[in-house]
Amino acid sequence: MSERSRIGVVFDKARADGRALLVGCMPAGFPTVEGSIAAMKTMIAAGVDVIELEIPYSDPVMDGPVIQRASGIALAGGVRTRDALRIVEEVAATGAPVAAMTYWNPIEQYGVDAFARDLAAAGGTGMVTPDLIPDEADEWLAASDAYGLDRTFLVAPSSTDERLAMTVAHCRGFVYATALMGVTGARAQISQAAPVLVSRVRAVTDLPVGVGLGVGTGAQAAAVAGYADAVIVGSALIRCLLDAPDQESGLSALRAVSAELAEGVRNPTP
Amino acid sequence: MSADALAAPAAQFPDAAGHFGRFGGRFVPEALVAALDELGAAHRAAMADEQFRAEFDALLRDYAGTPSLLYEAHRFSARAGARVLLKREDLNHTGAHKVRNVLGQALLTRRMGKKRVIAETGAGQHGVATATAAALFDLDCVVYMGQVDTERQALNVARMRMLGATVVPVTNGSRTLKDAMNEAMRDWVANVDDTHYLIGTAAGPDPFPRLVRDFVRGIGDEARAQCLELTGALPDAITACVGGGSNALGIFHAFTDDPQVRLYGFEAGGEGVATGRHAASITGGSAGVLHGTRTYVLQDADGQTQESHSISAGLDYPGVGPEHAWLHDTGRASYRPVTDAEAMAAFELLCRTEGIIPAIESAHALAGTLAVAGELAAELGRQPTIVVNLSGRGDKDVHTAGEYFGILDKE
Ligand SMILES: Cc1ncc(COP(=O)(O)O)c(C=O)c1O
Repeated sequence: MSERSRIGVVFDKARADGRALLVGCMPAGFPTVEGSIAAMKTMIAAGVDVIELEIPYSDPVMDGPVIQRASGIALAGGVRTRDALRIVEEVAATGAPVAAMTYWNPIEQYGVDAFARDLAAAGGTGMVTPDLIPDEADEWLAASDAYGLDRTFLVAPSSTDERLAMTVAHCRGFVYATALMGVTGARAQISQAAPVLVSRVRAVTDLPVGVGLGVGTGAQAAAVAGYADAVIVGSALIRCLLDAPDQESGLSALRAVSAELAEGVRNPTP
Repeated sequence: MSADALAAPAAQFPDAAGHFGRFGGRFVPEALVAALDELGAAHRAAMADEQFRAEFDALLRDYAGTPSLLYEAHRFSARAGARVLLKREDLNHTGAHKVRNVLGQALLTRRMGKKRVIAETGAGQHGVATATAAALFDLDCVVYMGQVDTERQALNVARMRMLGATVVPVTNGSRTLKDAMNEAMRDWVANVDDTHYLIGTAAGPDPFPRLVRDFVRGIGDEARAQCLELTGALPDAITACVGGGSNALGIFHAFTDDPQVRLYGFEAGGEGVATGRHAASITGGSAGVLHGTRTYVLQDADGQTQESHSISAGLDYPGVGPEHAWLHDTGRASYRPVTDAEAMAAFELLCRTEGIIPAIESAHALAGTLAVAGELAAELGRQPTIVVNLSGRGDKDVHTAGEYFGILDKE
């Protein structure tokens, strides 16, 4: 493993405090560029520790209906990759770590090296890549090294031990454990597969492990915080804005859900 | 040359990780990798298993009706200025080349012990073929179809339901084939333990492009032997339409090591590539990643997929199989666009000269044949022999064509 990443320091502090981090996901440009900046700042103010900024993509195969709709709204509004970088810059200025989450094609079209350079310059910490596996990531491995960015690849319950070790070895910053086999979206029950997967990851790395897919309530966040270093939440936050009749009520719902989740990660269920 | 000798050089592609040069590979969620590995291993083992191959061959012969005829179309030839031989995949059970792919993949599904298949479909041809194989193999079957397509292809929706499949209209995105494919991928990620994704063309992540190619390559193997028998020589050119690319690869493969045989793929030029309303991914797109593979894609500067347009639902897809992208880059095959109007003119010509109603997809290959025949004759200094992959029949297109030609009685 190379030098401690910026996000690693934040994880260290949370570990010392006996709690997990709350990672909140929001598509760039949803519902508008300014609206998404307001949403992310609201989340941070309400206790979200890390922003995972999703770059909207036309064909998000890992995402369920909520993120699909939000991404669609952002794209229909004309958001560009360079707008996403500007949003990273504004939100990172709050001091909270901002990681980009993106399907691969937008990065490939921007230019992998150019995107890494601009993301680093904007103050982003790294990238979460849901449809890029280390096997295809040579360019990204080089660019992330060159610009000191974190690389978060996903591991899944179906990953073999061999693949899990290989994938984790290519991660820097934190590892993303997909709690269940399926797409994003809040669920009534968090999968039993998640704790097993986290312990498999822990067997091969000291890197922090974030768990995502399905978390929606404070109680679920507390339960996941009992065994993971970060709780990753997307759809439950995004839905606040989708369901709201206007921006003000959307942001206030977002503030409430963020606070509930933040309370959860600060009180891990043993 | 023996069939085995022919198979050897092609077997080098893709490489072990599914790359055709800079194309192909796997751009998928990690959750799918284990299933793709399992599928790749099952495919390799099956292809080496004589019993599997014998069972596949028997199904193709006794159930699907292959080898399909190679028919010399004399009256069409006279109009084309070439000796035109039609590979009659339209005569196969379910009416297209697609039955070869679904039978092969259904056999693989059974071999892997899976009980459920899912598929995406545009016009409904692949959905009907999948539902057919699922009925034959007693598999549960769910077909994803864009809502726009379920409405314009209601008859095929009814066919799938008669065969026992569940048809799920997809209401997100552009509500067409590309979104049906996204939805099938989402289902697969969630149900990969007991489900096989029976993909409809030679696209998607490794191993799909090579697996589909292997199941449809009988088209070319048959055509090669039939052409030698009929004419005593190899053809001067092979022509096929290219949507995702399965029928074209199926007929190309037996000829890739015969440099004198020119390979032409005809993409859907829609209203013309210059108008932006087309589905010509190679001639009008650029390299990118879509649906798990790196290939030519219709996309904007930010890598967002653009909607495709074609009168032919089966060609209306903004990507193309990675092997075609590579055959284009290496120059081994030539890809050209054919507009809706050119395809429909060729459609009408085949109806009137041969009494054969082609699929509108296949009409693109016929139109392309008319376009290259003169060039080839000039280059060779004699009448060229061209084998056209007549990939499917036009029953499904009667309504579209009837409207296009304005020959439907008004109610
Ligand atoms: C008759 C026919 N030909 C061609 C195609 C295009 O697919 P591909 O390019 O995979 O052969 C289709 C697809 O539905 C079809 O039905």
